[in-house]
Order: sequence, then C-alpha cells, then structure tokens
Amino acid sequence: MKEITVISGKGGTGKTSVTASFAVLAENHVITDCDVDAANLHLLLAPEIMEVKKYWGMPRVEINAAKCTGCGLCETLCRYDAVSGGAVDKLLCEGCLVCYHACPAGAMRPVENLAGEWYLSRTRYGPFVHARLGVAQDNSGKLVARVRQRARDLAEKTGRNLIITDGPPGIGCPVISALGGTDLALVVTEPTLSAMHDLVRVLDLAAHFGVRAAVCINKWDINPDNCRAVEDTCRDMNVPVLGRIPYDPAFMAAALEKKPVIKMTSTVVNDIISLWDCVKKELGL
Amino acid sequence: MIIAVASGKGGTGKTTVATSMALSLQDMSSEVTFIDCDVEEPNGHIFLCPQITGSDNIYIEVPEIDRQKCTRCGKCADLCAFNALLATSDEVIVFPEFCHGCGGCRYFCPVEAVTMMPKKIGTVEKGLAGRVKFARGRLEVGAALSPPVVDAVKKHSTDQGIIILDAPPGTSCPVIHSVRGSDFCLLVAEPTSFGLNDLDLAVQMVRSLGVPCGVLINRARERSCLIEKYCREHELNVLMKIPLSKDIAGAYSRGIPLGAVDGKWNKAFRRIYRDIRELVANEGNNRYQR
Ligand code: SF4
Ligand code: SF4
Repeated sequence: MKEITVISGKGGTGKTSVTASFAVLAENHVITDCDVDAANLHLLLAPEIMEVKKYWGMPRVEINAAKCTGCGLCETLCRYDAVSGGAVDKLLCEGCLVCYHACPAGAMRPVENLAGEWYLSRTRYGPFVHARLGVAQDNSGKLVARVRQRARDLAEKTGRNLIITDGPPGIGCPVISALGGTDLALVVTEPTLSAMHDLVRVLDLAAHFGVRAAVCINKWDINPDNCRAVEDTCRDMNVPVLGRIPYDPAFMAAALEKKPVIKMTSTVVNDIISLWDCVKKELGL
Repeated sequence: MIIAVASGKGGTGKTTVATSMALSLQDMSSEVTFIDCDVEEPNGHIFLCPQITGSDNIYIEVPEIDRQKCTRCGKCADLCAFNALLATSDEVIVFPEFCHGCGGCRYFCPVEAVTMMPKKIGTVEKGLAGRVKFARGRLEVGAALSPPVVDAVKKHSTDQGIIILDAPPGTSCPVIHSVRGSDFCLLVAEPTSFGLNDLDLAVQMVRSLGVPCGVLINRARERSCLIEKYCREHELNVLMKIPLSKDIAGAYSRGIPLGAVDGKWNKAFRRIYRDIRELVANEGNNRYQR
C-alpha cells in the first residue's frame, strides 16, 4: 500500500484543490484529510457521512474546592502556569496530570475533554476519512494519527492500494504526525518569497524525518523569476519538481462551486493530469 | 493597544496585512511593534526587512535518565501523559519530540534518576525595521511544540504604543497562545467557500477568548457577498476590503508591503486603526455598563 501526503508549509497555495483533483483521478484509493484544524477538503468532495466517532483529547483537571487545603503544590508544579488561585485555566492546561498525581489531598480530578470528531464518509471519488478538531483545542497530532490509522485499516480491509492525504500546514506537531511513514510528501508551493521561505523549511522537515519529497509549483507564471529560483532550490536540495501549474481563475471558481478544479473546463486540467502521472511514477504505481 | 491579525485559513494575506499595517502606523504612534507569532512559518521579515540586533534561543526541559541510578521501575513511563518515555527491562528510552516538559517524570522518580535538560526548540530574534520594532519567533525544524516559542516572542510586547501580532493560521493551541490577551483581533478572510468555512471557525475561536474582532476581506471581487453576508448575520464589522488585483499579487510575490504599492493603503490602514480603537473603547464601555 502507498500513501501520498500533499502539504504546503504555507497555506493558500492550492494544496487542497490539488489533493481533491488527485482524488478524482486516482483509482482504488482512500482519501483522507489530515488538515484537521481548518479542514476544507470535505467542501470539495461532498461527503455523505457514514460513521461519526468522538475524539477525546488530553484530559483537563478540575479542583474540588471542598478537598483543597490550599497548599499550593499544584501551582508550583504546573509548568504551563495553568493553575492559579485555586482555579485551573483550561486553555493553558495541557493534561499532563502531574498535579493530579501529586496532590496530597486528592483534590485534583481529571475530566474528559471532547476535542473533536472524526468521520468515515462516502464520496463519488472513493471512501473518505476526515475530522474536525474542536475550536481552541490542542492539535497535538493525535487526531491526525487517528485519521491516518483508520484510513490504513480501511484500505487494508477493502483491498485498496493507495491513500491520498491532504496534509496540515506549518512544520509543527500535526505535520510531523502526518508525514511519519508516508511514501511521498508532495509540496505544493508558489513563486512568492513567503512560500519559498516556507518551502525550504518544510523540505528540511521532510529530510529530517527521512520522508521522500517532491514539489509542484502552482501559479508559476505570477513570477517566473521566482519560479526559476524555486527550481534551483529544489535541484540543490535534490528534490524533483514534478509539475508546474499556471495561475488560473479556475481554482477560485472551483472552490466557489465546491468541486475539484479538475472538473472545470480549463487548460490546467491537463497540467494536473500530467502532474498526477508523474506522482504515480514516483510512487511506483 | 495589542492587535492580533489572524485567519482560520492560511494564505489569506494575513502577513501582508499585519506588516503593511505596522508600517503605515509608524507616524501615528511613538512606538509600533510588530511581533511574528507564526513561528512555524514566520514571513513578516520578508516584507519588513528588519535589521536583526539580537537573538535568544528558546528551550524546553526534557528528561535525561541516569542509568546508574535508574532501577527500571517504570514509574516515569506510566506517568508520562504524552508517551515520551518507554521503560524496557534494561533501560528507559526518551522520545524528546513527544515530551511536553511537564517535569512529572523527574518529580515522581523514586530514586532521583531523572534530570531535566534544556532542549532547543526555537529562537526569538529582535530588530528594527525603519521605526517599527520587530520580533519574531522561529520554531526549530523537527521540533513539534510551537506554543512555548509563541509565548517567548510575545514577551516582546509592551504596554507602550501599538503592537501588531501576526498570528499563525488555524484555531488550535498556537493561535490561542498568540491571540489571547490582545485588545482586538483582525480576521483576514478571502471570499471563497474555504475562506468562509475557516472564518467561521476563527470567529468561534476569538469569541471563546472574549477578544473583540472584526473582518478584513482580502482578494475581494465586485460581488464578494459571501463573507459580507456572513458578517451581517454574525454582527461582525467588515473593516476593510482589499480587491483581487494582479498588481497586489505581484508585489506580494516580491515581498512588497501594500503601502509601497500605493500610498492610499497607508491611509486606509490608519483609518482601520482608528476604527479598531473606537470599537475597543466601545467594547470597554459596554463591559463597564454590564
Ligand atoms: S521512575 Fe526513575 S527509577 Fe523508575 S524507571 Fe523511571 S527513571 Fe528509572
Ligand atoms: S517531562 Fe513530562 S512529558 Fe516529558 S517525559 Fe517527563 S513526564 Fe513525559
């Protein structure tokens, strides 16, 4: 079984539109959305939800005022400054439970923390595992791991040989969790100085964890000089550039019409098809 | 006055807005500070080109196990809520990338075999861009935890003048650490279905923090009613619209802030700042009356 994870470092480069188009082009695959913080892929795939599961995040603690003797040990021990004046700030608490284990009066109590949901859905383009992280929850990578595991189980059970994953932005926990063990990280970038800066960081991250990476340059013609610079960087870092897609309003129009850009009438359709052919070759499919 | 510039979705133009705003407010206040809290992908420096004058490393403490003292009782591994420790029959293995530095293992080890050692997870740099004070956090590649770096860079905010925070995208912990404690949050949204979906999440996040907010629509088109309709329904002020324009996109790709594209944007940002100041003052009064 193979997995391709589409990431971008910087947001807004067209990652999700490209992923959705792959989902249309691929065969015998499972689709997953690991961008659980601001999930968008479902908007393009019109999923019919078959199964909803609760996602429990790290617990939080509560103080039982009746038992608390006011010794202040919890305040001293908490590294996150989440306990003060006999109250717990649930936004700062990370659920390490050190205070709970240490409290001599047994006044600390862990409480369950409903931190989101994850879904198994049916779409026109194949089964789809996705999630929604609750607002203001910590995106520790646990939910990402959960989604990926479910997708792998499903692929195995139904004999599907490919997982197409929409990855999270950035380089922190969720991305690290999304990249571990994937076969190819395809970075969708654009020739802007910001995206180029982020591209290098995300390629360093892939290298750090030994994940094979490749690049696709979207909107390449908005700045051809920068585009050449991206290609040079990739050559220096030994990362193949698998495709270039010109700037095309079809991307925005497709997002408004809530469908994958590959379903539009536009010349970028051919660019995305040849990108997908290169990706398949990279994956050995 | 601390203004956080945030957006649920990445790539909406948040950094362009935050940097352009900081530059255009230079003449309005004796002190303007720009703080880049998007520590995973900090980009503010591209637009501000600051002179960096100092840099600090940011550490969290992770355990080191003294193999001589350790009895392999496994207590530390049982206790660690983040699965950062694995106790086998002959050693305790530490996975520093999972460790949140809670110190539980050290506190509970019955034989004092655990010492906490600093591990670098990022840097905070400070400098000057024209008259704008500049600070940015940078998460080390391979480090997972960004909130401690956000907290560290935020220490550069003072109660002097105007502070503009460039927050990370999304609605989860790094954003919370950035936006919390701000006087106002400016949400940058683009008029697509993605933009709307993510704006809605961002509004919920900001409101859960009790920070007043308003919306700036970027890449607005003639009829970009999608976001405006949402704002009307949710009693949100649309404070400014920046049109979809090839010139702006081209300038963006080269790291040029809006005020340098056309001086009218400087005026627009000064106006938006005055609007925000008024909104914050009203909010304060309302709270007082309640
Ligand atoms: S608690 Fe202390 S003695 Fe026990 S396994 Fe951990 S380090 Fe070793
Ligand atoms: S400091 Fe906390 S998170 Fe880190 S290994 Fe020890 S118990 Fe686990």
